[in-house]
Formats: sequence, C-alpha cells, structure tokens
Amino acid sequence: MRLIPKEIESLWTLFTAPTIWALHFLACYITAAVTCAKAGAVPFSFDTMRLALGLITLAALAGIVLSAVLAWRQWGFGSGDPPHDEPTRKDRLLFQGFATLLLSGLSFVAVLFVAMPLVFIGACQP
Amino acid sequence: MPARPCGPYRPSGTTARSTAIHRRALPLLLIPLSGCSGIQSALDPAGDEAAAIYTLFLVMVAGGALIWLAVVGLLLHAARRREAPWSEKTAGRLIAWGGVAFPVAVLLALLAYAVWLMPAIRPWLAHSAPAARPIEVTGEQFWWRIRYPAAEGMPAFETANELRLPVGARAVFALKAQDVIHSFWIPALGGKMDMIPGRTNTLSLLPTRAGVFRAPCAEFCGASHTLMAFSVVVMEPEDYAAWRRAQAGGNPATGSEGERLFAGHGCAGCHGIRGLTETASLGPDLTFFGQRQTVGAGTLANTAENVARFIRNPDKVKPGAKMPAFDMLPDGDIAAMADYLVGLK
Repeated sequence: MRLIPKEIESLWTLFTAPTIWALHFLACYITAAVTCAKAGAVPFSFDTMRLALGLITLAALAGIVLSAVLAWRQWGFGSGDPPHDEPTRKDRLLFQGFATLLLSGLSFVAVLFVAMPLVFIGACQP
Repeated sequence: MPARPCGPYRPSGTTARSTAIHRRALPLLLIPLSGCSGIQSALDPAGDEAAAIYTLFLVMVAGGALIWLAVVGLLLHAARRREAPWSEKTAGRLIAWGGVAFPVAVLLALLAYAVWLMPAIRPWLAHSAPAARPIEVTGEQFWWRIRYPAAEGMPAFETANELRLPVGARAVFALKAQDVIHSFWIPALGGKMDMIPGRTNTLSLLPTRAGVFRAPCAEFCGASHTLMAFSVVVMEPEDYAAWRRAQAGGNPATGSEGERLFAGHGCAGCHGIRGLTETASLGPDLTFFGQRQTVGAGTLANTAENVARFIRNPDKVKPGAKMPAFDMLPDGDIAAMADYLVGLK
C-alpha cells in the first residue's frame, strides 16, 4: 500500500521534516512571545500554553517520524550502501531517500531542543 | 639574551639557563590564577546567582576537559600503526555512536541543565514579591546614580558609586541609563544586565556573604569606560539598618572652611549633600562621601590627596568626565575642600 503517490516521493518529501521543524519553531516562539507580551489579556494561563505547545510538539515529532519511515522505505529499508552516486533513476531515488532520512533525524533532535524550555520555564519574565 | 616564556623559541643554552627561564615564567603563569579570588571575581561567589553560575562554569570546564581527553585519545589511537585495521562496519558503528548519538545526548543534557538553571540565575518570580521595591541604578558617563526607595518609614534617598546591601536579603534593581548603553555587573553576586536608555531592566540578586566587592561597567560606554566602576558593600543586617537610618539626616552644616568653599566655588550647583544642599543632582551625590571606598567611581582610593587631584583636573584622572577643571583655585582651597569631603562620614 502506498501512502503517497510515487511521483511526489522526491524533493517534496525531502523538505517535509525541516518544514515541520520550522513551523514548530515559529509556533513555540510566537505563541510564547505573544502570551507573555499580552499577559492578563489572553484568555488562557501560561500552563495551558505549555500544555498546548507540548501537544503541538508531539504532533510535530509524529509527523517527522512518519517522514522518516517513508524515507526509510524509499531508501529500500537500508538494503543498499551509500553513496548512491550512479547516474541512474534508481540511485537518485535511493540517494533522496537516504538524505530525507538523515534530515528527519536532524529535525527530530532540533524539535526536541526547541521544546526543551517548555519543561523548565514556568512563567513569563515581567 | 632575554627570556621568552612563550612561543616555540628554544634557546640553545644549558639546563641551568632553561631552569632560569622557567623560574621567570612561573610568575606569569600565576597571573591568571589571581583572577580566581578577590573583590571582582565570578569564581569567588558571594551570592546565590553567582554560585549557580560558578557551578555551571565548573560543569562546563570538567565536561569540556573530559571530551577533549576522549577526542585526543581517539586521535592517538587512530594514528597508531596496527596489523589489522578496523572493519568498515565497526568504524561505521563507532561514528554512529561516538559522532551522532553521544553528541546529541551530551548537548541534550547540557541544554536541559542550562535551561533548568535559568530561573536560579535570573529569579524573575522574585520581582513580583510585594516587599521587593527596587533600588534604582542609572548609568551615566562615567558614574552610577543610585536611588534607594522609601522603606519602613524612612524616606527615599540618592547616593552614587557605592551600593550597600544587607546580607541574606534579596535585592531588586531597576536598571536605567542616562546617555549611552552601560552594563551592571557585580561578578561576586551574579550575572550582568545591560542598562539601556529609555528602558528599565530588572535584576534580582541575593548576597550570601558580607564583604566589599567591585562592580565594573560591562559595556563599552566611552573614553573612561574602564574607569567606571562602583563598590558594593554587603553588610550584616543590623549594620545595614543603622547605615540606612543615618542616610535620611545627611551631613548637616558644620560651618567648616571646606564646607564654605564647597558652596562658594559653586560645587553645590551640581553635587548634592543632604542636610547642606538638596536640589542639585547633575553630578554624583556626595552625602557621606567619606564613607566611600573610592573617588571618581572606582578610579582612585578615597584619600584627601586623590580628591584634590580629581578636583584640580578631573579630565586628567578620568578622560571625558563632564566635571570642569578647577586648577585655577588656590591649592589651599582645594586641599580644604578635599579634607571636608573626605571627612563626611
């Protein structure tokens, strides 16, 4: 069963994980900045915001894991060894799959790092 | 031939000569160590926030040293000649664990530690405590205006270039700047915070040990930036309370010669002395000037000779100081005023 058409299993999937990382970064920073700047005016507490951003983080991590699984499949589940540098359609596909897998790993760690303050910071600085 | 303690240069001399060089180089090696204690050292903490930063420093240095040793060990191992080199699979596994998993885990742990430490270094929740009324500190070229708030029935008052705090009580500062960006930093008590014109930054510190500390301006602010510092005197609570009570009364007129000259030569046009002149606040307040550690905001020791030197030509002691030179006054007048100021205790 294919989750996505083979035709777009290409550069588009390559960008998925870094895009999720970027959106998660923006969501965390903008939400925290607006909540603290409008403290008292927003209808929810800081802890509610932490919880909401925590759920967004879980969703982002799930998206990245999905992207990694698809990339792993595209890479042939690690059947061939890199560098996949033959000028053939097969090697291009394997190379993209491998690159996507590595980018997914990087994005996963980056999202964890961005979300880290949610665990430790419990209030806005006045 | 002069001794050269640094660099790859090797004199072709005897062992005796190289021993002499080592002996001369030793004091140079000790210079960095002198930074580990004293009145202006973050490595000799006298406050909660400084202690947290010191622990962070130790963890970073120890962790960095361990990782450095491991990397150098691997380098030596890799450079060794051996019969059977590692298989590609084993090498790949080493790269995956040592080059990816280990750095990710270490960075994750360090980030978690640093973020967890943040509230201890900048305890902003303490600001909202109702009792915490901030001491206002304003950076000016090149001195510090300090305003204590009214407390326990005692009125607010202004002083300059010397901060006094009770040990064991949390102090909150409202940091401002008059002209350019300065930075407020008491290394023995905690981290630094910028003072920005048009903005009020809040910092909170908890001194835990009595003593006298030096606090330099930590943001380049002009010709005398390096001569802009203040003293911090952390006192036992009862001593602090006595000092705080005495501030309200100030230095009432005594009719001395120096006092008459101080008013007559127009010093009181810029400098206030509570009890004598109230209104002027263009320059540093001089009430109880004789109690202060330094003259010229941390520039010289507070002696009558140094005060006279400063009055005669402030720009020579402190380039760019706004106070004009008074070298046209007779030496006797300057000496009398210096004696008067040093006697304000």
